[in-house]
Amino acid sequence: MTDLAWLVPALPLAGALLLVVFGTRIGEPRAGWLATLATASSFVVTFLVYLDLLGMPSEERLHVVRLFSWIPVGSLQVDLAFLADPLSITMALFVTGIGSLIHLYAIGYMHGDPKFSKFFLYLNLFVFSMLALVLGENLLVTFLGWEGVGACSYFLISFWHTRESAAVAGKKAFVTNRIGDWGVMTAMFVAFSAVGSVSYKTINEAAHEGSMSQTAISAIAILLFVGACGKSAQLPLYFWLPDAMEGPTPVSALIHAATMVTAGVFLMTRVGPVLAASYGWVPDTIAVVGAATALFAATIAVAQHDIKRVLAYSTVSQLGFMFLSIGSGAYVAAIFHMVTHAFFKALLFLGSGSVIHGMHHEQDMRKMGALRATMPVTALTFIIGWLAIAGVPPFAGFWSKDEILLYVYADNRLLYAVGMVTALLTAYYMTRQVILVFFGKARWHDASSEHGAHGDFTPHESPRVMLVPLVVLAALSGVGGFIQLPFSKDLHFLEHWLAPAVEESERSINGTWAYDNKYVLLGVAVIVAVAGIALSVAVYGKRRLPAVEPKLLENAWFYDASVAKVVGGPGAAAFRGVAAFDARVVDGAVNGAGAMARGLGGIVRRAQTGFVRAYAALIAFGAIALLAWFVWRGWLA
Amino acid sequence: MPAPTTLSYLVVAALLFAIGAFGVMARRNPLIMFMCIELMLNAVNLSFVALARELTDIGGQSIVFFVLVVAAAEVVVGLGIIVSVMRNRSSLTADDLAELKG
Repeated sequence: MTDLAWLVPALPLAGALLLVVFGTRIGEPRAGWLATLATASSFVVTFLVYLDLLGMPSEERLHVVRLFSWIPVGSLQVDLAFLADPLSITMALFVTGIGSLIHLYAIGYMHGDPKFSKFFLYLNLFVFSMLALVLGENLLVTFLGWEGVGACSYFLISFWHTRESAAVAGKKAFVTNRIGDWGVMTAMFVAFSAVGSVSYKTINEAAHEGSMSQTAISAIAILLFVGACGKSAQLPLYFWLPDAMEGPTPVSALIHAATMVTAGVFLMTRVGPVLAASYGWVPDTIAVVGAATALFAATIAVAQHDIKRVLAYSTVSQLGFMFLSIGSGAYVAAIFHMVTHAFFKALLFLGSGSVIHGMHHEQDMRKMGALRATMPVTALTFIIGWLAIAGVPPFAGFWSKDEILLYVYADNRLLYAVGMVTALLTAYYMTRQVILVFFGKARWHDASSEHGAHGDFTPHESPRVMLVPLVVLAALSGVGGFIQLPFSKDLHFLEHWLAPAVEESERSINGTWAYDNKYVLLGVAVIVAVAGIALSVAVYGKRRLPAVEPKLLENAWFYDASVAKVVGGPGAAAFRGVAAFDARVVDGAVNGAGAMARGLGGIVRRAQTGFVRAYAALIAFGAIALLAWFVWRGWLA
Repeated sequence: MPAPTTLSYLVVAALLFAIGAFGVMARRNPLIMFMCIELMLNAVNLSFVALARELTDIGGQSIVFFVLVVAAAEVVVGLGIIVSVMRNRSSLTADDLAELKG
């Protein structure tokens, strides 16, 4: 079965191709069902591969499926090959699994959209690219998927492209991601010049055995991290993600919460041995950037009013946690948090989509409230998602966040404190959101005049096709944490499963103070989560404390605005300068060469009179001249 | 009258060649120019044969056969072009055919 791993990306690709040809013909809702079927069957194949790998002894669980030689150029040999190992299959499982649920949900959410089939075409293409990214055996196949998900993200953010803000947001995401892509490409060049291959196996082995210089190793690591910063929305390149919420909500859930934005974390884990062998400041940088992003985004989320923007900043913050984990050498914890985050964040996004759907496209939380009565299923599932992200045991987020913080504590206590503050803020702003949306007084009656056509406006519960994914994801958010329980080594299921893929890079914390006192840290985590929730209830539920939502935080520390100012002012001037240099100097040289050849030709062509007798005369005189020259030479000799 | 020597053949050949070359340059009728080119070719043929005899080398005579064959082929193509051009235009001199001038 592992030999059929290539079917995993091939099925969504086939779905996308079928939709290209027949999409508009089969129309709604069959296009949606076709896309869902393609992704779901890909999930089934992934699951079979998973069972197959599970049946093998752990050291044999690295299976390469070579399809054909893709780029054979001299010493650069790149195969189109897929790597089925515990890491890639874990990623593929939740990409296809959550992807199928979101496809199903989108059938309900995109109901009545004029571009219904095109939406599913893009979704399927996205799933294909994402699977190519995670299953790639070498950097180039991953890069193919990497660019593919970037393009699909662009298509889907600007899906409602007639809306100015959506078109701009799509462009912003694409351009920002290009900066990261530069890092990945340059890392590939460095890897090729250092070891003559872009295969993960070769690079990781060279790094592990030290047959590559440490400078080259560090260069690869830091350049790939630049790419990861772009794709996974870390400081300083995070600002495209909140704007990406302009896309339809299923897109936000699938691409900008659960799967694509975790690609950077995945890439870092894949090249773990490279990170482990690089200079000490490389993992430290990653940890600091992750912690800074986590805290920074959490502070912003506190003061947002758009229901999806809160979740967007929360995603940036949680991704920061994952990078903090990577930087601290805790790869299993990072993947663990990635999986649980995919469950509860997809759930929260789909829940917010359900709210938006029920509220007739109202996204401002100040105009919501008391929705638990009219939308019971959405409310209940959303609350489970909230408990999971806030870090309340026994929900999924608690276990994974705690695992990360345990490793961080062993690595650096200052960063641990930053992580704890972030966890407090996370519990606080998520509670705020739940209270504003589902509890308190209904504030949507005031807005009824704006919804003229609807007359007496009441929010309604979403159709069943949208609720089923919510319930499934809520169940997963409830029990997802049990794949890695901290209590005993036997309960580290995820760690045992991932071992062959990460054992070379994973840091051991056995014997540290943190490990011996992990129950103390667990207790602290629970207290912090409960404190955050209690604080938020006091502010937004009981109204005992004033709400602190300064303009500075609402505008995201004016970071985005400052970047826009720099890029729009001096940046644009510099770009114009470069363009002018290109037009005058570079193009001038090229055009000058052409003009010179033309000018010379214009002079010389006059010799071609077109009179055949003139040519004959020239030949004759030429012959005579040659003859004279020979005679003269013979005479001299 | 003394028997003709190789030199006299070469002199005749040179004269024929010069007449032909002069004709190509001086006349405007393409047909006449064509005939002059044939004259030049045959002047060369004559010198080939004369020198082959002088040097007792069969190579010179065999070259002549090649020249004859190629000239025949050239006549076919050249005459074909000239005849079809003449059909399309009423009067014709070589100087009228200057479409390809630079």
